[in-house]
Amino acid sequence: MKLKSIAAGVALSLGASVISISAMAAETIKVGVLHSLSGTMAISETTLKDTVLMMVEEQNKKGGLLGKQLEAVVVDPASNWPLFAEKTRELLTKEEVDVIFGCWTSVSRKSALPVLEELNGLMFYPVQYEGEESSKNVFYTGAAPNQQAIPAVDYLANDLEVERWVLAGTDYVYPRTTNKILEAYLKSKGVAAEDIMINYTPFGHSDWQSIVSDIKKFGSEGKKTAVVSTINGDANVPFYKELGNQGISSEDIPVVAFSVGEEELSGLDTKPLVGHLAAWNYFQSVENDANSAFIKQWKAHTSEERVTNDPMEATYIGFNMWANAVTKAGTTEVDAVEQAMIGQKTPNLTGGVAVMNKNHHLSKPVLIGEIQDNGQFEVVWETDGVVAGDAWSDFLPGSKSLVSDWTSPTKCGNYNTETKECIAAK
Amino acid sequence: MRRLLAILCCYVVASMVSVQANEPVAAINDNNVTPTVPASTEITQTEADTVSVEGLLVTLTKVKLSKALPVLKQLEKVGGAQILPMFESMLAGDLYFVKSSKEVVAVTKVNGEITAQAILTQQSLGQLDSSLVKKIRVNNKLRGYLRQAIARLQISNSDPAIRLDAVKALLKNLSDETVATLTSVRPNEGDEDVLSMIDLALALNQSNSAIAHERLAAVKVLADSLENEARNKLTKLADNDSDAKVKAAASKALKSINQRIEFYGFIDQLFFGLSLGSVLLLAAIGLAITFGVMGVINMAHGEMIMLGAYTTYVVQLMMPNAIEYSLWVAIPMAFLVSGLVGVLIERGVIRHLHGRPLETLLATFGISLILQQLVRTVFSPLNRQVASPEWISGSLEINPILSLTLNRLYILAFALLVFGLLLIVLRKTSLGLNVRAVSQNRDMAKAMGIKTDWVDAMTFGLGSGIAGIAGVALSQLTNVGPNLGQAYIIDSFMVVVFGGVGNLWGTLVAAFSLGIANKFLEPVTGAVLASIIVLVFIILFIQKRPKGLFPQKGRAAE
Repeated sequence: MKLKSIAAGVALSLGASVISISAMAAETIKVGVLHSLSGTMAISETTLKDTVLMMVEEQNKKGGLLGKQLEAVVVDPASNWPLFAEKTRELLTKEEVDVIFGCWTSVSRKSALPVLEELNGLMFYPVQYEGEESSKNVFYTGAAPNQQAIPAVDYLANDLEVERWVLAGTDYVYPRTTNKILEAYLKSKGVAAEDIMINYTPFGHSDWQSIVSDIKKFGSEGKKTAVVSTINGDANVPFYKELGNQGISSEDIPVVAFSVGEEELSGLDTKPLVGHLAAWNYFQSVENDANSAFIKQWKAHTSEERVTNDPMEATYIGFNMWANAVTKAGTTEVDAVEQAMIGQKTPNLTGGVAVMNKNHHLSKPVLIGEIQDNGQFEVVWETDGVVAGDAWSDFLPGSKSLVSDWTSPTKCGNYNTETKECIAAK
Repeated sequence: MRRLLAILCCYVVASMVSVQANEPVAAINDNNVTPTVPASTEITQTEADTVSVEGLLVTLTKVKLSKALPVLKQLEKVGGAQILPMFESMLAGDLYFVKSSKEVVAVTKVNGEITAQAILTQQSLGQLDSSLVKKIRVNNKLRGYLRQAIARLQISNSDPAIRLDAVKALLKNLSDETVATLTSVRPNEGDEDVLSMIDLALALNQSNSAIAHERLAAVKVLADSLENEARNKLTKLADNDSDAKVKAAASKALKSINQRIEFYGFIDQLFFGLSLGSVLLLAAIGLAITFGVMGVINMAHGEMIMLGAYTTYVVQLMMPNAIEYSLWVAIPMAFLVSGLVGVLIERGVIRHLHGRPLETLLATFGISLILQQLVRTVFSPLNRQVASPEWISGSLEINPILSLTLNRLYILAFALLVFGLLLIVLRKTSLGLNVRAVSQNRDMAKAMGIKTDWVDAMTFGLGSGIAGIAGVALSQLTNVGPNLGQAYIIDSFMVVVFGGVGNLWGTLVAAFSLGIANKFLEPVTGAVLASIIVLVFIILFIQKRPKGLFPQKGRAAE
């Protein structure tokens, strides 16, 4: 008898705790994290997963959102592009997350996009990319080409008086589209075709001898020459090494890179790179209270030797804007949050305020930094104010007349201003 | 065998077309320095008037980066030759100042320990804590100026080589002042090379003259030079000089220069091809033994290379003060480490799969994944930084157009040396005799009393050890990371199969011909298409001659 009542008591309390757990679960807002934690992209993307987790923890300390705690749901798409679509589906249907922070490569974003649109999910994409896209379900917090590539070229042309251009990139969609835009832009500025050299190399290219020697020859014809590099990942180290070995210094032929940040530099000996440039919206070295606080928080969250970089700032801005939009909308329902996002303002880590525009892209400042021998950047130039991200490049014939506007009454990601119709609606 | 090669080719193609990661690969940094912008202090006119070197140095510690150039100009003017060491350390990025006293010091860093030296007196200040000093920053503009200024200051250096470099640097930016300086130093110049370089500089200046025959005389001097500046000047003169005679002379000179450039360009490309070939040879030569001689399809060969590269990294970690010599320690170490792992793999796995090539392929592929993950776990997935010793960096300048990079030159020599040694081992030692005996007829060798098990283990160890040595060389060229081996396994198989399985000389010829073909195709087709064309060529070639360039003959081939 006694045993029975104890058993009943245990059962009751167990039942109660199950109920309280499920009650708790209903009370949380779920934040999906869709970054590769294994495979080739893990090195870059793990950092962003840690950033989101840090932001979630921080938000929970402040009391969560709408009186609920945030709960991060981390999945691993394993650098496998089709898996990004499956994991997105899993996050939206099985886990029923309210928002996703994720993707790095353009191909992974393109893979997740149809699922997001089908299930009406919400994703924040934090990496610089080639533009030519605007989805109702995605907010692009990284730089569009006009927020990175074009200002960098302007800086080289105006401040360093560069007249000849080498556009060197890895052979895939981001460099190809960016270089297409840059080529059109340079030609519109009156640069002759023979003053532009375009070169593509495979992933992980390690034998740069002939290309560097070609660049050297190209640059020896009396006009100031610069390299605009969309070379990605691993291939950068042997590239810069070869430049150093062939005696090309940053004063002779400066290289401005769009994919080399603090995190990439920390793996290599920066001596041969000193003086070469990179264009981003954020550098760790920028002196600012918000930035110092962020760096301190990051180091406390991870470890002392970790660095911060531009996609992290984009994640930071995206997360803060989403939190504000949820508060403003009073719900996590996607359509309401999407509308509340537009016009959101949140401080940048580099000073100034980032604004979310109607085309789901941010207005941000553009900075150009010189690589220093401690692996950090020294800002040598920045835009006067913020630059609004342009989803559809004005320099490509196919997208010149397109605009993206997600406010009423247009509500279209690719509205053709000439034919006055929305291409997606057709 | 043919079927296996087909499988390999499929593997090769599959891994070439598989989409790879496309964004930056990052690593952990040990830097958390956030440079601060110094308080903006403009040099006011009064300060600039009362200039002393000491005063200017103090100003330099205060001004903004964008305002530093005028200060440096003043320093050059006031300081003269005594400012040279300061400019040199500033160019190298070693110029700091002591925060409390504003004293400018040159700093040498060893292991995070900072030793400072007063910049003007060269007096050693001993070790300082890094928090006490702050860097005087430089940017491209300042570096460009510093290089020119150093050249100007070194124009009367006692070393002719330094004088030569100084004049060369001045060619880029000839102002009236530099021309005046050059004219004044010319009569006292004893060295012939420097003298002709000064003449070239003066001719460059003279070619701007308004008088036609002076320009004509200048063209004659410029015609003998391969310097870029001379060529660019001649191009300008040939295109739009007002005088027909000058125009004709310039275009004639240009033609002969271009012919020479073409010739040197050809040599340059040949060197690139040989250099790529030597890398292929190094990567493939170990495989030529394990695959070629023993017939084991070793998919973990790339990981042996990777282990060698990581050994270099560990050796450098252990001797941070002797990076210059680290490679000499790393070579035998890498041979031992990779060789030992090779012996373990042979004893543990491969010998049980003898005569079952498909299973061997799968098993070694599994081992390669295990080794990669092991390295990821031990060293982290991030690329490791392997330093290049001073003597291996830079290039050997033969003339202004042709210069050979030293690291490639060393690796070419090293590859040939390794090849030669291996040939001697196989031909002249008893191990080599045993290896050849076992590979030709295992049962017969066994009957003759050769310990085939032992020979198998040693052969595999030798092949793996050589792969380890290749890893040391590759660590100087490319990234040291868990995926290093995968980048080379495909090329290695390609070389061995193309050269003819079981033939070391075939491997040598195949490596160099593939390297050269690739480099001559690259300027025409681009790097991506070049490697595809080479691959397609090899596939077709193997269809026609399944046994490669130099097939083994006789009964041993069966």
